[in-house]
Amino acid sequence: MAEAGVWSTYFYPLFLTIGYILAIVVPLLLVLAFITYFERKVWAAIQLRKGPNVVGPFGLLQPVADGIKCLFKETIVPAGANRMLFVLAPMVTFSLGLIGWAVIPFDQHLVLADLNVGLLYLFAVSSLGVYGIIIAGWASNSKYAFLGALRSAAQMVSYEVSIGFVLVTVLLCVGSLNLNDIVEAQKGLWFFIPLFPMFVIYVVSALAETNRTPFDLPEAEGELVAGYQVEYSSMTWLLFMMGEYANIVLLSGLSVILFLGGWLPPFHVEPLMAVPGVVWFLLKTAVVVFFFTWTRATLPRYRYDQLMRLGWKVFLPASLAMVVIVAGALHAFDWLPR
Amino acid sequence: MPAIEQTVRSLLLTELAVGLGVTFKSIFKRKATLNYPYEKGMLSPRFRGEHALRRYPNGEERCIACKLCEAICPAQAITIEAEPREDGSRRTTRYDIDMVKCIYCGFCQEACPVDAIVEGPNFEFAAETREELLYNKEKLLDNGDRWEREIAANLSAEAPYR
Repeated sequence: MAEAGVWSTYFYPLFLTIGYILAIVVPLLLVLAFITYFERKVWAAIQLRKGPNVVGPFGLLQPVADGIKCLFKETIVPAGANRMLFVLAPMVTFSLGLIGWAVIPFDQHLVLADLNVGLLYLFAVSSLGVYGIIIAGWASNSKYAFLGALRSAAQMVSYEVSIGFVLVTVLLCVGSLNLNDIVEAQKGLWFFIPLFPMFVIYVVSALAETNRTPFDLPEAEGELVAGYQVEYSSMTWLLFMMGEYANIVLLSGLSVILFLGGWLPPFHVEPLMAVPGVVWFLLKTAVVVFFFTWTRATLPRYRYDQLMRLGWKVFLPASLAMVVIVAGALHAFDWLPR
Repeated sequence: MPAIEQTVRSLLLTELAVGLGVTFKSIFKRKATLNYPYEKGMLSPRFRGEHALRRYPNGEERCIACKLCEAICPAQAITIEAEPREDGSRRTTRYDIDMVKCIYCGFCQEACPVDAIVEGPNFEFAAETREELLYNKEKLLDNGDRWEREIAANLSAEAPYR
């Protein structure tokens, strides 16, 4: 009896949870691999090229080939590097990119952990992301890596602030930190319409948070070679890239949940309602990821001082003002959520 | 007024939107990629590629060992030795081109009085060793036989301009 008790109270939920986690992580990793292919195809299309088309049909096996290539390469640890931290850094980046997915609702109640502080959790995880980069930059014992890491830290801290205010406005409109509730609150009107300025600020800050062009200063090839990734090779490098892409998809998913109505169909009409919410969620996320790729193929890199000016002198006051305006409007018109 | 216009424009991110529009439009444009080993670009008849020694239609080699090509070659890539043949005609016993030295200027082709040495349309003759790029007479004549059709067509296309 005692054994059965341990089984049903401990091992069964444990295996169930592991099963859930695998059900999210395995497709996620596959998606991440194919996002690299998608990106290369989009950039190629914008630059009037064809992109990868040799490995497999339409080059679809390109990510597999890339993965195998990285696996068989040698992991080089520089002589002056702090060995343990050097190897730890990519793992930190990678795992932080993945754990955020625990609270993302793919469909109504289709979520690993239905936390009441989901938004706060995501905010915390995305802020922690900078640690992997700082550790990498410091442990590499190389000036390029160090400069890249410093830039990244400054950039993330600056844009974290305005992202925080964006989250606060959404929070004011919903009255809950639970991501499920946030999506439910958009049943009538997706938040990107009433909160359009905040949506723009969020998307731009998300670009900065994930170190994407036009804010890819931490890995600027021209001046810093590859920033904090200079000394990394093979699987450690691959983990960095996967972590970065995981973050991109995570922030895209978050923007879908906050502003684009999560799993909700665009119109409440029957044929659209019949489509499962997961499809809507993934479709919208894919659109945002496409936007990320699109901007990367379009915009040149910001100068460092421009980046700081935009973060502190434009976005911070603008988002702060929007918090006040939204809060005031909600109070004045008695639109506060019950 | 221009200041207001400027402010409004920067607030509405018009320039960003226009830029994104330009890149988005180019997604649907025709791709410029050539699928290289399967598709190849157009070559001018004047293209100066791999060298070849030509023959007359009756199989007699054109080269008369005048050594004008050797003399004009700015890279001194051509080495010629000549002797009279049994029938008394002057022929080369050795005709070497160092393809590594060659700068593909086409002067040898211009200097040749009998259109014997020409630069053909072939540009895919990369080799794994340096020695393979030291061409001798046999290799050059072989090239001439292999590319004669293309070379003759290119020469006749260019004839009006010479």
